Order: sequence, then C-alpha cells, then structure tokens
Amino acid sequence: MSIIPATRQPESNTKSYPPSGSFDTVADGQDGGTSSMTMLTMVAALNRALDDALKNDDSVVLLGQDIGVDEGVFRVTADLLARYGDKRVIDTPLAEGAIIGGAIGMALYGLKPVAEMQFSGFAYQAFHQVEQHMSRFHNRTRGRYGMSMVIRMPYGGGIRAVEHHSESREAYYAHTPGLLTVIPSTPRNARALLLESIRHPDPVIFYEPKQLYRAFKEQVPDELEYMPLGKAQVVREGSDLTIISYGAMMRPAIEAAQDIAELDGASIEVIDLLTVSPLDTETIIESVEKTGRVVVVHEGPRTCGIGSEVVARIVERSLEYLEAPIRRITGYDVQFPYFARERAFLPNAERIAHGVREVLAFE
Amino acid sequence: MPRKKIKIKSTIEYLSILDGKGKVDESLDPKLDSELLLHIYRLMLIARRLDERCINMQRQGRIGTYGPCRGQEAAHCAATVVMEPEDWVVHAFREPGSFYHRGWPLETVLKFWGGYEEGCEPPEGVNDTPIAVPITSQVPHAMGIAWAMKCKGENHAVLCYCGDGGTSEGDFHEAMNFAGVYKLPLVTLIQNNQWAISIPRERQTASETIAQKAIAYGFEGIQVDGNDPLSVYVATKEAVDKAKAGGGPTLIEAITYRLGVHTTADDPKKYRSDKEVAKWEKLDPIPRFQKYLVDRKMLDKASIEDIEKGVLVEVAAAVERYEACRDVDPLDCFDYMFADMPQELVEQRSEFAACLEREGIGLGH
Repeated sequence: MSIIPATRQPESNTKSYPPSGSFDTVADGQDGGTSSMTMLTMVAALNRALDDALKNDDSVVLLGQDIGVDEGVFRVTADLLARYGDKRVIDTPLAEGAIIGGAIGMALYGLKPVAEMQFSGFAYQAFHQVEQHMSRFHNRTRGRYGMSMVIRMPYGGGIRAVEHHSESREAYYAHTPGLLTVIPSTPRNARALLLESIRHPDPVIFYEPKQLYRAFKEQVPDELEYMPLGKAQVVREGSDLTIISYGAMMRPAIEAAQDIAELDGASIEVIDLLTVSPLDTETIIESVEKTGRVVVVHEGPRTCGIGSEVVARIVERSLEYLEAPIRRITGYDVQFPYFARERAFLPNAERIAHGVREVLAFE
Repeated sequence: MPRKKIKIKSTIEYLSILDGKGKVDESLDPKLDSELLLHIYRLMLIARRLDERCINMQRQGRIGTYGPCRGQEAAHCAATVVMEPEDWVVHAFREPGSFYHRGWPLETVLKFWGGYEEGCEPPEGVNDTPIAVPITSQVPHAMGIAWAMKCKGENHAVLCYCGDGGTSEGDFHEAMNFAGVYKLPLVTLIQNNQWAISIPRERQTASETIAQKAIAYGFEGIQVDGNDPLSVYVATKEAVDKAKAGGGPTLIEAITYRLGVHTTADDPKKYRSDKEVAKWEKLDPIPRFQKYLVDRKMLDKASIEDIEKGVLVEVAAAVERYEACRDVDPLDCFDYMFADMPQELVEQRSEFAACLEREGIGLGH
C-alpha cells in the first residue's frame, strides 16, 4: 500500500513507499549522506524543496503574492524570506500576468524563477504569458534562450473553498506544447519532483493537490532527493486490472484497490502518473498488457481530460490486449460545484470501486 | 476627516529639438559627434529601404504579411543606439533598424516575415528578444529582465518598445506597476504612431498624453517628438543613464506616425484620410535629419548619394542571403521544443520523418 490517510495507519505507510529505485538521492554534505528521515506533510516537504533549491543554487528566486512576510497562503514558503532575504523571496504586487511575464524575463537573464500562483483558478490571468511565451521561447529562438522556470500552483477540490479555488485544469497545460506538467501525490514525491522541476532546463507547471497539503505525513529523507520527470510509478502491483490516476485522486484510487482486493479478491495494479505531460506511455502500456482491464481516475472534467489521452494511447498501442471497455471515473463536464456539493461531486473510493467492479465483471 | 485636495506631481515634459522643417533649437541640440549622427542617419535609411523592399516582396509572394515601420525610423533607431551590448533591447515588431544596429543580420527581419523561425534566433552575444507579435506581452519580459539585473546587482538597463494601442493592454499596466514598485532599470518607449490598425489614439485612452501614465506608476514620463532623432536620443540617453544610476524606470512617449499600412493585410483608406497622411508626410523624420546633417556639413550631395547606394547594396545583399536560406528542414520543428526532448516527441518526430519521406517532402519543399 502506498498512500494512506494519516488517521488510519501512518506508520505502515512508510515501509513500502516509494518503490525502491525511483529516487535519485544526493547527499548534500551537511548530513554526510546519512539516510535520516523526517515525517513531513506535503506543505512541509514542498517548503523543504524550496529551501534546498535556494540553498544550493544562487540563481533560484521565488516570487508570488504573499509568499514572503505571509509565508504563502498555505505556508509553503514558511521561513524562506527570513532565511534568504527579499531579493530571493519576493512578495509581488497582485498581478498574475506580470508575475509570470516577469519570471520569463528573469529566466531570459539566467535566473531560475519559481513563481507561485496563489490558486490555479487565478492563473488564467497569466495564461497568455504561459502559452505565448514561456512555452515558446526555447523553440522560437532555436534553443538560444532556455526557459528553465517553474510555476507552482495549488489545484483541486476538497478543502471547502470559495468559487474559483477548486478546479483541476491540468489539461490546459498538458495541451500546450513546450511545457511539462507535474502533479505530485505524496510529501516525498512532492519534494523530489519539485527539486527536479527546478533544476530541469525546460518550463514546468507544478500542479499541487492542495487537498493533500496537510492530509497526511510521510517520511522524507533529509538528504536531497530527485525524481525524474515524465516517469510514472506503479505504486501497487496487481494482475487483474489497472487503475491509472494522479494527484489527489491517488488516495481514493488506492483505497478502492485495497477494498477490492480485500472484499473481492481481485488483484489491482495502481499507476501514479506523476507527470501528466509528457505521459509515460511505456509504464501504462506495460501494465495494461499485463492486466487487460483499465480504469482511469481524475478530478478534472472528462472531455479532453488527461484520461482521454491515456485511453487513446492504450487503444492505439494495446487494443488487442483489452478484455473490457475502459472506464473513466472523473469530474463531469460541469462547473466545479460550490463546496456544499463538492463532497458528493468529487470521485471517491466507492465510486472508483464501483467502476472497477463493472470493468472486472465484463466478459 | 476633511475633504481636501491631494497634491500630486502633475506635469510631464515635452521635448522637441529638431522640428519638421529641419530647424534646430540650438540650446537643446545635444551636439552629438558626427560618427554617431551619421550612424543614426544610415540606420534610419536602412530601415526605410528594407521596409520598401519588404512591401514589394510581400506583393510578390516572397515573404508573408509584413508590418512596416515607414515614418517611425527616428522613434526606434535613435533610441536603440543608446544601449550598450550588455544592456537588453526588448522588441515589439516595427523596429528593423534596432535589430540591425544590435547585430542581427539584416535578413533576420525577412526571415521572420518570410515564415522562418530562424528570424527569431538572436546571434551569439546579442542580448535581445526577437519580434513579439502578441501586443504588449513582451513588456513584462523587459520588466523581468530589468528585475533580474537588479536582483543580481548588475548595472545594466533594458529598452523596451511598445505601441500606443499596446498601452491599453493589461500587461502594460502590470509591467509598469511592477517596474515602479521595484524601481527597475527599465526604459519603455511607446511608439505612438496614432493608429492601432483602425483605432485612433483617442479611442485607446482618455488620457491627454500616454507619457503622463508614468505619474500614476510613481516614475517619470516624457513626451518627445518621435520623428526627431535628436529628441528621441536625448530622452532615451537621459532615461538609461538615470536607470543605471539607480533612479528607476522612465516612460517615453514618442509621437510619430505610421505612414504606411498596419500590415500588408489592411487598407488604411478605410479608416483615415489622405489629408491626415499628407500632413504627417511633411513631418517625415528622414528629410529633416538629412537637412540637419547637411547644415552641419556632415553630409553633402555626394555623401548622401554614397550612403543611399551603400544602403541599397546592403539591402539587396540581405535579400540575396534570405533567398539562399529558404530550403529548411520541416522535421526540425521538433528539435528546439525542449532542451531535453521527451520520449513522446522523439516518437512523434520519427512518425513525421516517415510521413515526409513517404510524401517525398524534404529540403526546399
């Protein structure tokens, strides 16, 4: 089992996760490479990644609204202004377009900006900068200018937030050529993926599942740790059906897999995509050709969602291995409801398990 | 809790040194050395002749849609010459003279409008951004570059071009606001050419001048005769010197006029009168500057002809170089998408390569 709410079995959570070999660990010298670990929430793990990046690379700067004195509305940037000063942890005026446009200018000049959008629902005010420039500079200058920068933004439902604070629109970014779109699912992979995103030469959208910010803790190594972008992880092995998901939906997906295993005796494999663009087709195909049955789960709207692309690739590559039609358990093609309706709306373990059982039952 | 007046700084300067008839205000003449003056003159002429050539080439189908700069040569050429190589110039799309001065091969402009990404590749050692088509979205980049200069403690400055229509965009406000807050070494030059395609300057803003917008952002604005290269030079030089001395940003409004079409895809007769254009033709920046240089004995009939001939030869050579580089490999549209190409793209690239081979499409398609 990989991801379990802290309220259930926090200790056992750490024994089998993550699968060995997924992380590239680098001793940072201060602890001499010892493998000491600390239990962290995702917020604390992201904070640690930003701290690591600021400490180890002078060209890294953070910028965003309320990230300095206020330490970020979710406290992801806690203590960083005090530690690194206001030339590297920069509180900005309230203008998403200028934060991203300015960060693009900084990247052109050789800095590595890590910009925070307070909520993904407000990143559309900067979307023109992402589409027209951040995603294009490297290509249109024939590689002359790199665009090594990261935009972090919290996405998704589940925290009873006001309108415009709960959407999942990763597909917009995945549909934009020239970007990588990364979505972590645990404290440990959040830290390792963010560190990799910051050192990556290409622009990264780092979409943070805010529902998981403080949902559970996980052992995170004190030494530096990186995870490659564009690689999915098989977080639970199985032989009868594959659930493919990412971000905040990993928890109900794994819970559903466990319930089915216990109650129905079926063996469910679970894949965490981690990077939704570019997709790790190989890991998906390998699993599907083993199990022959697939359920894809995400919060975002169904039409042209990440699930659409996953299904298309499976059909293109492995149609003859499929033993049942693929099911998508996703957000519907409606506006994300205000929070009175959000618990009902969000895909949950029961809904996922129902879909899994239907696919398993198909003959 | 009184109700009272708040005093704000409410004046901006207007600067005109060399008027439309070539008469100079001796007290304001910066008395630049002849080498620099002739360089600016030549640059303006290059921009004019290249512009004319581009319009012909568009009509002949040898390049695509083109956005000419006719009438605006002083507004951009006399500003860019202020910048040092370590400074950055952030372009919009009507500044061919600036690209050339900064070290971009002359054919770069042809390549861009001819449909080649190669027209966006800055030569090694040149710190500029390429042509930016989406209006004003380059201004935040200029602000960000200036911000990075300040973060790194480096004593350089950024010159950014934008148009009068562009000041209506949110990006203009956001970038000016940030520049003011962080006191960035940014000089934004608005080429107020009176028309944003068919919308006149009066319909862009109710503000009496564009320069005065700077007051609200907490820095200085100045309006200059944009068809007077001396005024453009002096205003830009003062602004850049101030920026490098830590004095923060400046907004320069250069009053000029687009004598030609917005792009080769529109017909200005639909939205403005010939009379208006004729009025501005008389204010053309090139004849007045030529007169100034002749009056100062820096030019005479023979040298004017020499420069003219040299410029035409140079433009013709650029056209030749452009025509010689038109065989490009369509497959390389994949090659610069990422510094680190994802496997997915490697596979799509192979698929595209197979298509090209099957369809017999290669170089010179």
